[in-house]
Amino acid sequence: MIKLINVYKEFPRSGLALKNASFHLRKGEFAFLTGPSGAGKTTVLQLIHMAERPTDGEVRVSGFSSGRMRRRDIPKLRRRVGMVFQNFRLLRDRTAAENLAFALEVTGARRSEMKAKVQRLLAHVGLAARAGAYPDELSGGEQQRIAIARALIHDPVVLLADEPMGNLDERAARSVFELMRDINASGTAVLMATHDVELVRRYSQYRVIELSEGAIVYDSGNSDGVL
Amino acid sequence: MAYYSVREAIAALRRAPGLAILSATSIGLSLFVLGIFGVAAYNLDVTLQAVERRVEVVAYLRDDISAAQLEVLQNDVSSFPEVESLTHVSKFEAMRNAIQQLEEFRDVFTDLEMNPLPASVEVRLRPAYRDPTSVARVAELIALYPFVEDVRYGREWVDKIYQLRRLGGAVAVILGVAFAVVAILIIGTTVRMAVLARREEIAIMRLVGATDGFIRRPFLLEGFITGLGGGLLALFLTYAAFLVVDGSLINLEWVPASWAGGGTLAGGLLGLAASGAALRRHLTTYG
Ligand SMILES: Nc1ncnc2c1ncn2[C@@H]1O[C@H](COP(=O)(O)OP(=O)(O)OP(=O)(O)O)[C@@H](O)[C@H]1O
Ligand SMILES: [Mg+2]
Repeated sequence: MIKLINVYKEFPRSGLALKNASFHLRKGEFAFLTGPSGAGKTTVLQLIHMAERPTDGEVRVSGFSSGRMRRRDIPKLRRRVGMVFQNFRLLRDRTAAENLAFALEVTGARRSEMKAKVQRLLAHVGLAARAGAYPDELSGGEQQRIAIARALIHDPVVLLADEPMGNLDERAARSVFELMRDINASGTAVLMATHDVELVRRYSQYRVIELSEGAIVYDSGNSDGVL
Repeated sequence: MAYYSVREAIAALRRAPGLAILSATSIGLSLFVLGIFGVAAYNLDVTLQAVERRVEVVAYLRDDISAAQLEVLQNDVSSFPEVESLTHVSKFEAMRNAIQQLEEFRDVFTDLEMNPLPASVEVRLRPAYRDPTSVARVAELIALYPFVEDVRYGREWVDKIYQLRRLGGAVAVILGVAFAVVAILIIGTTVRMAVLARREEIAIMRLVGATDGFIRRPFLLEGFITGLGGGLLALFLTYAAFLVVDGSLINLEWVPASWAGGGTLAGGLLGLAASGAALRRHLTTYG
Protein backbone atom coordinates (compact mmCIF):
# COMPACT_ATOMS: atom_id res chain seq x y z
CA MET A 1 0.00 0.00 0.00
CA ILE A 2 2.88 2.32 0.89
CA LYS A 3 6.16 1.41 -0.74
CA LEU A 4 9.53 3.08 -0.67
CA ILE A 5 11.75 1.61 -3.37
CA ASN A 6 15.46 2.45 -3.16
CA VAL A 7 14.70 5.99 -2.13
CA TYR A 8 17.41 8.63 -1.90
CA LYS A 9 16.71 12.12 -0.71
CA GLU A 10 19.27 14.85 -0.94
CA PHE A 11 18.73 18.34 0.45
CA PRO A 12 20.78 21.24 -0.84
CA ARG A 13 23.59 22.04 1.64
CA SER A 14 22.71 19.34 4.19
CA GLY A 15 23.46 16.41 1.88
CA LEU A 16 21.85 12.96 1.85
CA ALA A 17 18.94 12.65 4.29
CA LEU A 18 17.94 9.22 2.99
CA LYS A 19 20.11 6.56 1.42
CA ASN A 20 18.62 3.68 -0.48
CA ALA A 21 15.62 3.33 1.84
CA SER A 22 13.09 0.63 1.00
CA PHE A 23 10.12 -0.73 2.93
CA HIS A 24 6.57 -1.78 2.38
CA LEU A 25 3.83 -0.76 4.82
CA ARG A 26 0.81 -2.98 4.36
CA LYS A 27 -2.83 -2.13 4.60
CA GLY A 28 -3.91 -1.75 8.24
CA GLU A 29 -0.40 -2.21 9.59
CA PHE A 30 1.01 -0.32 12.60
CA ALA A 31 4.68 0.61 12.49
CA PHE A 32 7.10 2.72 14.50
CA LEU A 33 9.70 4.74 12.67
CA THR A 34 12.62 5.22 15.04
CA GLY A 35 16.14 6.52 15.05
CA PRO A 36 18.18 9.34 16.50
CA SER A 37 17.59 12.97 15.69
CA GLY A 38 18.47 13.75 12.11
CA ALA A 39 18.15 10.10 11.06
CA GLY A 40 15.54 10.94 8.42
CA LYS A 41 12.21 10.04 10.09
CA THR A 42 10.46 13.29 9.20
CA THR A 43 11.90 13.07 5.71
CA VAL A 44 10.30 9.64 5.21
CA LEU A 45 6.91 10.96 6.32
CA GLN A 46 7.22 14.04 4.08
CA LEU A 47 8.03 11.78 1.12
CA ILE A 48 4.94 9.66 1.77
CA HIS A 49 2.86 12.81 2.08
CA MET A 50 4.49 13.96 -1.18
CA ALA A 51 5.50 17.23 0.37
CA GLU A 52 8.97 16.27 -0.88
CA ARG A 53 10.03 14.31 -3.95
CA PRO A 54 12.69 11.63 -3.81
CA THR A 55 15.99 12.53 -5.43
CA ASP A 56 16.16 8.96 -6.67
CA GLY A 57 13.98 5.88 -6.30
CA GLU A 58 10.23 5.77 -6.02
CA VAL A 59 7.56 6.33 -3.41
CA ARG A 60 4.21 4.59 -3.97
CA VAL A 61 1.17 5.45 -1.93
CA SER A 62 -2.21 3.86 -2.51
CA GLY A 63 -1.97 3.86 -6.30
CA PHE A 64 -0.01 7.09 -6.56
CA SER A 65 3.63 7.10 -7.60
CA SER A 66 6.14 9.87 -6.87
CA GLY A 67 7.46 9.49 -10.40
CA ARG A 68 4.17 10.21 -12.15
CA MET A 69 2.76 12.62 -9.61
CA ARG A 70 1.49 15.90 -11.01
CA ARG A 71 0.88 18.90 -8.82
CA ARG A 72 -2.85 18.66 -9.28
CA ASP A 73 -2.86 15.02 -8.10
CA ILE A 74 -1.45 15.98 -4.72
CA PRO A 75 -4.78 17.02 -3.14
CA LYS A 76 -6.22 13.59 -4.01
CA LEU A 77 -3.28 11.89 -2.33
CA ARG A 78 -3.54 14.11 0.74
CA ARG A 79 -7.10 12.95 1.26
CA ARG A 80 -5.86 9.34 1.39
CA VAL A 81 -3.04 10.12 3.82
CA GLY A 82 -3.73 11.81 7.17
CA MET A 83 -0.90 13.51 9.01
CA VAL A 84 -0.31 14.84 12.51
CA PHE A 85 2.67 16.65 14.03
CA GLN A 86 4.37 17.22 17.33
CA ASN A 87 3.07 20.81 17.46
CA PHE A 88 -0.54 19.93 16.47
CA ARG A 89 -0.87 22.74 13.88
CA LEU A 90 -4.42 23.74 14.72
CA LEU A 91 -5.71 27.15 13.69
CA ARG A 92 -5.74 29.19 16.88
CA ASP A 93 -8.53 31.55 15.86
CA ARG A 94 -11.00 28.71 15.35
CA THR A 95 -12.69 26.39 17.80
CA ALA A 96 -12.12 22.65 17.81
CA ALA A 97 -15.27 22.11 15.75
CA GLU A 98 -14.35 24.95 13.37
CA ASN A 99 -10.91 23.47 12.84
CA LEU A 100 -12.54 20.26 11.68
CA ALA A 101 -15.19 22.07 9.64
CA PHE A 102 -12.43 24.10 7.96
CA ALA A 103 -10.76 20.92 6.71
CA LEU A 104 -14.06 19.74 5.27
CA GLU A 105 -15.02 23.07 3.79
CA VAL A 106 -11.75 23.70 1.96
CA THR A 107 -11.95 20.29 0.35
CA GLY A 108 -15.37 21.08 -1.04
CA ALA A 109 -17.62 19.19 1.37
CA ARG A 110 -21.29 20.03 1.26
CA ARG A 111 -22.31 22.27 4.13
CA SER A 112 -25.27 20.07 4.96
CA GLU A 113 -22.97 17.13 5.65
CA MET A 114 -20.38 19.04 7.59
CA LYS A 115 -22.02 19.42 10.96
CA ALA A 116 -22.85 15.75 11.43
CA LYS A 117 -19.39 14.68 10.32
CA VAL A 118 -17.69 17.10 12.70
CA GLN A 119 -19.85 15.87 15.57
CA ARG A 120 -19.07 12.27 14.76
CA LEU A 121 -15.31 12.91 14.63
CA LEU A 122 -15.32 14.88 17.88
CA ALA A 123 -17.14 12.01 19.55
CA HIS A 124 -14.68 9.54 18.00
CA VAL A 125 -11.72 11.29 19.66
CA GLY A 126 -13.68 11.75 22.92
CA LEU A 127 -14.02 15.52 22.74
CA ALA A 128 -17.69 16.06 21.87
CA ALA A 129 -18.01 18.22 24.96
CA ARG A 130 -15.17 20.53 23.91
CA ALA A 131 -16.47 21.39 20.44
CA GLY A 132 -16.62 25.14 21.17
CA ALA A 133 -13.18 25.40 22.81
CA TYR A 134 -10.31 27.26 21.14
CA PRO A 135 -6.94 25.48 20.94
CA ASP A 136 -5.54 27.66 23.70
CA GLU A 137 -8.33 26.46 25.97
CA LEU A 138 -7.46 22.80 25.32
CA SER A 139 -4.71 20.71 26.88
CA GLY A 140 -1.91 19.45 24.66
CA GLY A 141 -3.42 15.99 24.61
CA GLU A 142 -6.81 17.38 23.63
CA GLN A 143 -5.27 19.48 20.88
CA GLN A 144 -3.50 16.45 19.49
CA ARG A 145 -6.76 14.51 19.50
CA ILE A 146 -8.42 17.28 17.54
CA ALA A 147 -5.50 17.20 15.12
CA ILE A 148 -5.96 13.44 14.77
CA ALA A 149 -9.67 13.92 14.14
CA ARG A 150 -8.78 16.40 11.40
CA ALA A 151 -6.32 13.91 9.87
CA LEU A 152 -9.10 11.31 9.74
CA ILE A 153 -11.61 13.60 8.12
CA HIS A 154 -11.40 11.96 4.69
CA ASP A 155 -11.15 8.41 6.01
CA PRO A 156 -7.51 7.98 4.98
CA VAL A 157 -5.84 4.62 4.40
CA VAL A 158 -2.92 5.64 6.58
CA LEU A 159 -2.24 8.00 9.45
CA LEU A 160 1.26 9.47 9.51
CA ALA A 161 2.32 10.81 12.89
CA ASP A 162 5.53 12.75 13.44
CA GLU A 163 6.40 12.57 17.14
CA PRO A 164 2.72 12.94 18.04
CA MET A 165 3.41 12.62 21.78
CA GLY A 166 6.61 14.64 21.73
CA ASN A 167 5.05 17.61 23.50
CA LEU A 168 2.80 15.69 25.88
CA ASP A 169 3.11 14.57 29.46
CA GLU A 170 2.89 10.89 30.40
CA ARG A 171 -0.90 10.72 30.82
CA ALA A 172 -1.79 12.75 27.74
CA ALA A 173 0.72 10.77 25.72
CA ARG A 174 -0.88 7.52 26.76
CA SER A 175 -4.36 8.65 25.80
CA VAL A 176 -3.19 9.86 22.41
CA PHE A 177 -1.36 6.62 21.81
CA GLU A 178 -4.42 4.59 22.79
CA LEU A 179 -6.46 6.63 20.34
CA MET A 180 -4.01 5.81 17.57
CA ARG A 181 -4.22 2.11 18.45
CA ASP A 182 -8.02 2.34 18.25
CA ILE A 183 -7.79 3.96 14.89
CA ASN A 184 -5.44 1.25 13.72
CA ALA A 185 -7.75 -1.43 15.13
CA SER A 186 -10.53 -0.09 12.92
CA GLY A 187 -8.42 -0.66 9.83
CA THR A 188 -6.33 2.45 9.24
CA ALA A 189 -2.60 1.89 8.88
CA VAL A 190 -0.42 3.96 11.21
CA LEU A 191 3.18 5.03 10.68
CA MET A 192 4.51 6.82 13.72
CA ALA A 193 7.88 8.49 14.00
CA THR A 194 9.14 8.48 17.57
CA HIS A 195 12.21 8.91 19.75
CA ASP A 196 10.57 7.02 22.57
CA VAL A 197 12.59 3.84 22.87
CA GLU A 198 10.62 2.84 25.97
CA LEU A 199 7.32 2.97 24.08
CA VAL A 200 8.67 0.97 21.18
CA ARG A 201 9.95 -1.69 23.54
CA ARG A 202 6.65 -1.88 25.44
CA TYR A 203 4.62 -2.44 22.26
CA SER A 204 6.85 -5.00 20.75
CA GLN A 205 3.96 -6.54 18.85
CA TYR A 206 4.22 -3.62 16.42
CA ARG A 207 6.63 -3.36 13.60
CA VAL A 208 9.76 -1.21 14.04
CA ILE A 209 11.63 0.43 11.22
CA GLU A 210 14.85 1.98 12.46
CA LEU A 211 16.77 4.66 10.64
CA SER A 212 20.30 5.82 11.20
CA GLU A 213 21.94 8.57 9.17
CA GLY A 214 19.38 8.15 6.43
CA ALA A 215 19.66 4.40 6.08
CA ILE A 216 17.21 1.73 7.31
CA VAL A 217 19.34 -0.28 9.74
CA TYR A 218 16.60 -2.51 11.17
CA ASP A 219 13.11 -3.53 10.09
CA SER A 220 11.26 -6.04 12.27
CA GLY A 221 8.48 -6.46 9.77
CA ASN A 222 10.50 -6.92 6.65
CA SER A 223 9.24 -9.97 4.84
CA ASP A 224 10.00 -8.78 1.32
CA GLY A 225 13.67 -9.63 1.74
CA VAL A 226 14.69 -6.11 0.81
CA LEU A 227 17.43 -5.81 3.42
CA MET B 1 -17.48 26.43 -2.39
CA ALA B 2 -18.40 29.81 -3.88
CA TYR B 3 -19.70 30.69 -0.46
CA TYR B 4 -16.34 29.88 1.07
CA SER B 5 -14.43 32.07 -1.41
CA VAL B 6 -16.73 35.03 -0.98
CA ARG B 7 -16.73 34.76 2.79
CA GLU B 8 -12.94 34.42 2.98
CA ALA B 9 -12.37 37.31 0.58
CA ILE B 10 -14.65 39.54 2.60
CA ALA B 11 -13.05 38.37 5.85
CA ALA B 12 -9.63 39.22 4.42
CA LEU B 13 -10.81 42.69 3.39
CA ARG B 14 -12.27 43.15 6.89
CA ARG B 15 -9.13 41.87 8.58
CA ALA B 16 -7.01 44.55 6.94
CA PRO B 17 -9.45 47.26 5.85
CA GLY B 18 -6.73 49.92 5.90
CA LEU B 19 -4.68 47.95 3.44
CA ALA B 20 -7.66 47.25 1.21
CA ILE B 21 -8.65 50.92 1.20
CA LEU B 22 -5.08 51.99 0.54
CA SER B 23 -4.71 49.73 -2.46
CA ALA B 24 -8.17 50.52 -3.82
CA THR B 25 -7.33 54.22 -3.47
CA SER B 26 -4.02 53.88 -5.27
CA ILE B 27 -5.69 52.01 -8.08
CA GLY B 28 -8.48 54.57 -8.05
CA LEU B 29 -6.01 57.43 -8.39
CA SER B 30 -4.09 55.71 -11.14
CA LEU B 31 -7.26 55.00 -13.06
CA PHE B 32 -8.46 58.54 -12.31
CA VAL B 33 -5.51 60.00 -14.20
CA LEU B 34 -6.35 57.59 -16.97
CA GLY B 35 -10.00 58.63 -16.75
CA ILE B 36 -9.15 62.32 -17.10
CA PHE B 37 -7.07 61.45 -20.10
CA GLY B 38 -9.91 59.35 -21.43
CA VAL B 39 -12.36 62.25 -21.25
CA ALA B 40 -9.81 64.55 -22.89
CA ALA B 41 -9.03 62.00 -25.58
CA TYR B 42 -12.71 61.39 -26.23
CA ASN B 43 -13.43 65.08 -26.61
CA LEU B 44 -10.40 65.59 -28.82
CA ASP B 45 -11.64 62.72 -30.92
CA VAL B 46 -15.13 64.17 -31.17
CA THR B 47 -13.66 67.51 -32.30
CA LEU B 48 -11.29 65.91 -34.76
CA GLN B 49 -14.05 63.83 -36.22
CA ALA B 50 -16.05 66.97 -36.82
CA VAL B 51 -13.06 68.50 -38.59
CA GLU B 52 -12.37 65.31 -40.43
CA ARG B 53 -15.91 65.15 -41.71
CA ARG B 54 -15.07 68.27 -43.65
CA VAL B 55 -12.18 66.57 -45.37
CA GLU B 56 -13.05 66.64 -49.00
CA VAL B 57 -11.44 66.65 -52.38
CA VAL B 58 -12.48 69.48 -54.70
CA ALA B 59 -12.07 69.01 -58.46
CA TYR B 60 -12.19 72.29 -60.40
CA LEU B 61 -13.59 71.80 -63.87
CA ARG B 62 -12.62 73.41 -67.16
CA ASP B 63 -15.16 75.89 -68.47
CA ASP B 64 -15.54 73.95 -71.71
CA ILE B 65 -16.68 70.72 -70.03
CA SER B 66 -19.74 69.20 -71.66
CA ALA B 67 -22.75 67.89 -69.81
CA ALA B 68 -21.89 64.36 -70.97
CA GLN B 69 -18.34 64.65 -69.68
CA LEU B 70 -19.60 65.94 -66.34
CA GLU B 71 -21.89 62.96 -66.09
CA VAL B 72 -19.07 60.56 -66.87
CA LEU B 73 -16.95 62.17 -64.16
CA GLN B 74 -19.72 62.05 -61.60
CA ASN B 75 -20.57 58.42 -62.36
CA ASP B 76 -16.92 57.34 -62.28
CA VAL B 77 -16.02 59.12 -59.10
CA SER B 78 -19.08 58.11 -57.13
CA SER B 79 -18.23 54.47 -57.86
CA PHE B 80 -14.80 54.79 -56.15
CA PRO B 81 -14.89 52.70 -52.96
CA GLU B 82 -13.45 55.64 -50.99
CA VAL B 83 -16.18 58.04 -52.00
CA GLU B 84 -19.16 58.71 -49.78
CA SER B 85 -20.92 61.42 -51.77
CA LEU B 86 -20.24 64.13 -54.30
CA THR B 87 -21.79 67.48 -55.02
CA HIS B 88 -21.64 69.43 -58.22
CA VAL B 89 -21.14 73.18 -57.79
CA SER B 90 -21.87 75.09 -60.99
CA LYS B 91 -20.14 78.34 -61.96
CA PHE B 92 -23.25 80.18 -60.94
CA GLU B 93 -23.42 78.51 -57.54
CA ALA B 94 -19.73 79.14 -57.01
CA MET B 95 -20.31 82.86 -57.62
CA ARG B 96 -23.30 82.92 -55.32
CA ASN B 97 -21.31 81.20 -52.56
CA ALA B 98 -18.46 83.60 -53.02
CA ILE B 99 -20.76 86.58 -52.74
CA GLN B 100 -22.34 85.15 -49.62
CA GLN B 101 -19.08 84.33 -47.95
CA LEU B 102 -17.14 87.40 -48.97
CA GLU B 103 -19.53 90.27 -48.35
CA GLU B 104 -16.84 92.91 -48.79
CA PHE B 105 -16.19 91.90 -52.38
CA ARG B 106 -19.84 91.78 -53.37
CA ASP B 107 -19.45 94.78 -55.62
CA VAL B 108 -16.35 93.50 -57.25
CA PHE B 109 -18.08 90.25 -58.17
CA THR B 110 -21.32 91.76 -59.40
CA ASP B 111 -19.46 94.30 -61.56
CA LEU B 112 -17.59 91.62 -63.44
CA GLU B 113 -18.80 90.96 -66.94
CA MET B 114 -18.03 87.33 -66.91
CA ASN B 115 -17.88 84.80 -64.09
CA PRO B 116 -14.19 83.95 -63.39
CA LEU B 117 -14.98 81.17 -60.90
CA PRO B 118 -14.77 77.58 -62.13
CA ALA B 119 -17.45 74.93 -61.62
CA SER B 120 -16.38 72.15 -59.32
CA VAL B 121 -17.22 68.74 -57.94
CA GLU B 122 -16.84 68.38 -54.17
CA VAL B 123 -16.02 64.82 -53.22
CA ARG B 124 -16.63 63.65 -49.66
CA LEU B 125 -14.84 60.49 -48.51
CA ARG B 126 -16.03 57.66 -46.33
CA PRO B 127 -14.72 57.89 -42.72
CA ALA B 128 -12.35 54.94 -43.16
CA TYR B 129 -10.64 56.68 -46.10
CA ARG B 130 -9.98 60.08 -44.55
CA ASP B 131 -6.31 59.36 -43.99
CA PRO B 132 -3.61 61.20 -45.95
CA THR B 133 -2.79 58.35 -48.34
CA SER B 134 -6.37 57.67 -49.40
CA VAL B 135 -7.16 61.34 -49.83
CA ALA B 136 -4.08 61.85 -51.99
CA ARG B 137 -4.88 58.77 -54.10
CA VAL B 138 -8.43 59.90 -54.80
CA ALA B 139 -7.16 63.37 -55.69
CA GLU B 140 -4.62 61.92 -58.12
CA LEU B 141 -7.20 59.72 -59.84
CA ILE B 142 -9.57 62.64 -60.33
CA ALA B 143 -6.75 64.80 -61.69
CA LEU B 144 -6.30 62.30 -64.54
CA TYR B 145 -9.51 63.44 -66.23
CA PRO B 146 -8.58 65.93 -69.01
CA PHE B 147 -11.53 68.20 -68.28
CA VAL B 148 -10.44 68.57 -64.66
CA GLU B 149 -8.43 71.73 -64.35
CA ASP B 150 -7.11 71.29 -60.86
CA VAL B 151 -7.66 69.20 -57.72
CA ARG B 152 -7.38 70.62 -54.22
CA TYR B 153 -7.65 69.17 -50.77
CA GLY B 154 -6.46 70.34 -47.39
CA ARG B 155 -3.28 68.35 -47.46
CA GLU B 156 -1.81 69.89 -44.31
CA TRP B 157 -5.06 69.54 -42.45
CA VAL B 158 -5.42 65.92 -43.32
CA ASP B 159 -1.85 65.20 -42.29
CA LYS B 160 -2.16 67.09 -39.02
CA ILE B 161 -5.41 65.50 -37.94
CA TYR B 162 -4.04 62.12 -38.72
CA GLN B 163 -0.85 62.74 -36.73
CA LEU B 164 -2.78 64.15 -33.78
CA ARG B 165 -4.97 61.11 -33.57
CA ARG B 166 -2.03 58.78 -33.79
CA LEU B 167 -0.24 60.72 -31.05
CA GLY B 168 -3.35 60.61 -28.89
CA GLY B 169 -3.57 56.85 -29.32
CA ALA B 170 0.10 56.38 -28.43
CA VAL B 171 -0.14 58.55 -25.30
CA ALA B 172 -3.21 56.61 -24.18
CA VAL B 173 -1.42 53.30 -24.58
CA ILE B 174 1.71 54.50 -22.73
CA LEU B 175 -0.23 56.04 -19.85
CA GLY B 176 -2.50 53.04 -19.65
CA VAL B 177 0.40 50.61 -19.45
CA ALA B 178 2.29 52.76 -16.91
CA PHE B 179 -0.67 53.01 -14.59
CA ALA B 180 -1.60 49.38 -15.02
CA VAL B 181 1.92 48.45 -13.90
CA VAL B 182 1.62 50.69 -10.84
CA ALA B 183 -1.76 49.22 -9.96
CA ILE B 184 -0.49 45.66 -10.46
CA LEU B 185 2.46 46.30 -8.14
CA ILE B 186 0.17 47.73 -5.47
CA ILE B 187 -2.35 44.92 -5.64
CA GLY B 188 0.47 42.41 -5.82
CA THR B 189 1.83 43.73 -2.52
CA THR B 190 -1.61 43.64 -0.94
CA VAL B 191 -2.17 40.07 -2.00
CA ARG B 192 1.28 39.05 -0.87
CA MET B 193 0.53 40.47 2.58
CA ALA B 194 -2.81 38.68 2.60
CA VAL B 195 -1.03 35.42 1.73
CA LEU B 196 1.50 36.02 4.51
CA ALA B 197 -1.27 36.78 6.99
CA ARG B 198 -2.92 33.50 6.07
CA ARG B 199 0.09 31.27 5.50
CA GLU B 200 -0.84 29.05 8.43
CA GLU B 201 -4.31 28.45 7.00
CA ILE B 202 -2.88 27.87 3.55
CA ALA B 203 -0.49 25.27 4.96
CA ILE B 204 -3.41 23.49 6.65
CA MET B 205 -5.42 23.64 3.45
CA ARG B 206 -2.58 21.92 1.60
CA LEU B 207 -2.20 19.44 4.43
CA VAL B 208 -5.81 18.30 4.28
CA GLY B 209 -5.93 18.17 0.48
CA ALA B 210 -7.47 21.43 -0.73
CA THR B 211 -6.84 22.05 -4.42
CA ASP B 212 -4.70 24.94 -5.67
CA GLY B 213 -7.75 26.47 -7.29
CA PHE B 214 -9.64 26.40 -4.05
CA ILE B 215 -6.76 27.98 -2.16
CA ARG B 216 -6.33 30.70 -4.78
CA ARG B 217 -9.97 31.65 -5.31
CA PRO B 218 -10.50 33.87 -2.24
CA PHE B 219 -7.31 35.80 -3.02
CA LEU B 220 -8.31 36.27 -6.65
CA LEU B 221 -11.71 37.47 -5.56
CA GLU B 222 -10.13 39.82 -3.05
CA GLY B 223 -7.94 41.29 -5.79
CA PHE B 224 -10.91 41.63 -8.11
CA ILE B 225 -13.04 43.37 -5.47
CA THR B 226 -10.20 45.72 -4.53
CA GLY B 227 -9.56 46.55 -8.18
CA LEU B 228 -13.25 47.06 -8.87
CA GLY B 229 -13.43 49.38 -5.86
CA GLY B 230 -10.52 51.35 -7.32
CA GLY B 231 -12.28 51.44 -10.68
CA LEU B 232 -15.47 52.80 -9.13
CA LEU B 233 -13.51 55.42 -7.20
CA ALA B 234 -11.79 56.47 -10.42
CA LEU B 235 -15.14 56.66 -12.20
CA PHE B 236 -16.53 58.83 -9.44
CA LEU B 237 -13.49 61.15 -9.39
CA THR B 238 -13.42 61.42 -13.16
CA TYR B 239 -17.10 62.30 -13.34
CA ALA B 240 -16.66 64.87 -10.56
CA ALA B 241 -13.75 66.44 -12.42
CA PHE B 242 -15.79 66.38 -15.62
CA LEU B 243 -18.67 68.22 -13.92
CA VAL B 244 -16.30 70.87 -12.56
CA VAL B 245 -14.61 71.52 -15.90
CA ASP B 246 -17.60 71.13 -18.20
CA GLY B 247 -19.35 74.41 -18.77
CA SER B 248 -17.01 76.48 -16.62
CA LEU B 249 -13.87 76.24 -18.76
CA ILE B 250 -14.93 74.50 -21.92
CA ASN B 251 -17.86 72.45 -23.05
CA LEU B 252 -17.14 68.76 -22.84
CA GLU B 253 -18.94 65.62 -23.71
CA TRP B 254 -19.06 62.72 -21.22
CA VAL B 255 -17.52 59.52 -22.51
CA PRO B 256 -19.81 56.74 -23.80
CA ALA B 257 -21.12 54.27 -21.22
CA SER B 258 -18.98 51.52 -22.73
CA TRP B 259 -15.83 53.54 -21.96
CA ALA B 260 -16.87 54.26 -18.38
CA GLY B 261 -18.03 50.68 -17.77
CA GLY B 262 -15.00 49.22 -19.49
CA GLY B 263 -12.63 51.41 -17.46
CA THR B 264 -14.24 50.40 -14.18
CA LEU B 265 -14.22 46.75 -15.09
CA ALA B 266 -10.60 47.13 -16.15
CA GLY B 267 -9.86 48.03 -12.52
CA GLY B 268 -11.38 44.75 -11.42
CA LEU B 269 -9.54 42.73 -14.06
CA LEU B 270 -6.32 44.50 -13.17
CA GLY B 271 -6.87 43.45 -9.57
CA LEU B 272 -7.54 39.90 -10.66
CA ALA B 273 -4.42 39.75 -12.83
CA ALA B 274 -2.28 41.29 -10.08
CA SER B 275 -3.44 38.74 -7.49
CA GLY B 276 -2.90 35.96 -9.98
CA ALA B 277 0.67 37.08 -10.57
CA ALA B 278 1.33 37.59 -6.86
CA LEU B 279 -0.09 34.15 -6.03
CA ARG B 280 2.05 32.50 -8.66
CA ARG B 281 5.11 33.98 -6.98
CA HIS B 282 4.19 33.70 -3.33
CA LEU B 283 1.71 30.94 -2.80
CA THR B 284 3.92 28.02 -3.78
CA THR B 285 6.51 29.26 -1.29
CA TYR B 286 4.22 28.32 1.56
CA GLY B 287 3.11 24.97 0.19
N1 LIG C 1 13.96 21.01 4.24
C1 LIG C 1 15.22 20.61 4.52
N2 LIG C 1 16.26 21.27 3.98
C2 LIG C 1 17.51 20.89 4.22
N3 LIG C 1 17.82 19.85 4.98
C3 LIG C 1 16.84 19.14 5.54
C4 LIG C 1 15.49 19.49 5.34
N4 LIG C 1 14.72 18.61 6.02
C5 LIG C 1 15.58 17.75 6.62
N5 LIG C 1 16.86 18.05 6.34
C6 LIG C 1 18.03 17.32 6.78
O1 LIG C 1 17.81 15.96 6.55
C7 LIG C 1 18.30 15.17 7.62
C8 LIG C 1 17.18 14.33 8.18
O2 LIG C 1 16.23 15.18 8.79
P1 LIG C 1 14.86 14.68 9.41
O3 LIG C 1 14.09 15.88 9.79
O4 LIG C 1 14.23 13.72 8.47
O5 LIG C 1 15.35 13.92 10.70
P2 LIG C 1 14.46 13.31 11.87
O6 LIG C 1 14.83 11.88 11.96
O7 LIG C 1 13.06 13.64 11.68
O8 LIG C 1 15.05 14.09 13.13
P3 LIG C 1 14.29 14.55 14.45
O9 LIG C 1 14.18 13.34 15.30
O10 LIG C 1 15.21 15.56 15.04
O11 LIG C 1 12.99 15.14 14.04
C9 LIG C 1 18.87 16.15 8.62
O12 LIG C 1 20.26 16.19 8.40
C10 LIG C 1 18.28 17.46 8.26
O13 LIG C 1 19.18 18.51 8.52
MG1 LIG D 1 11.69 14.86 12.69
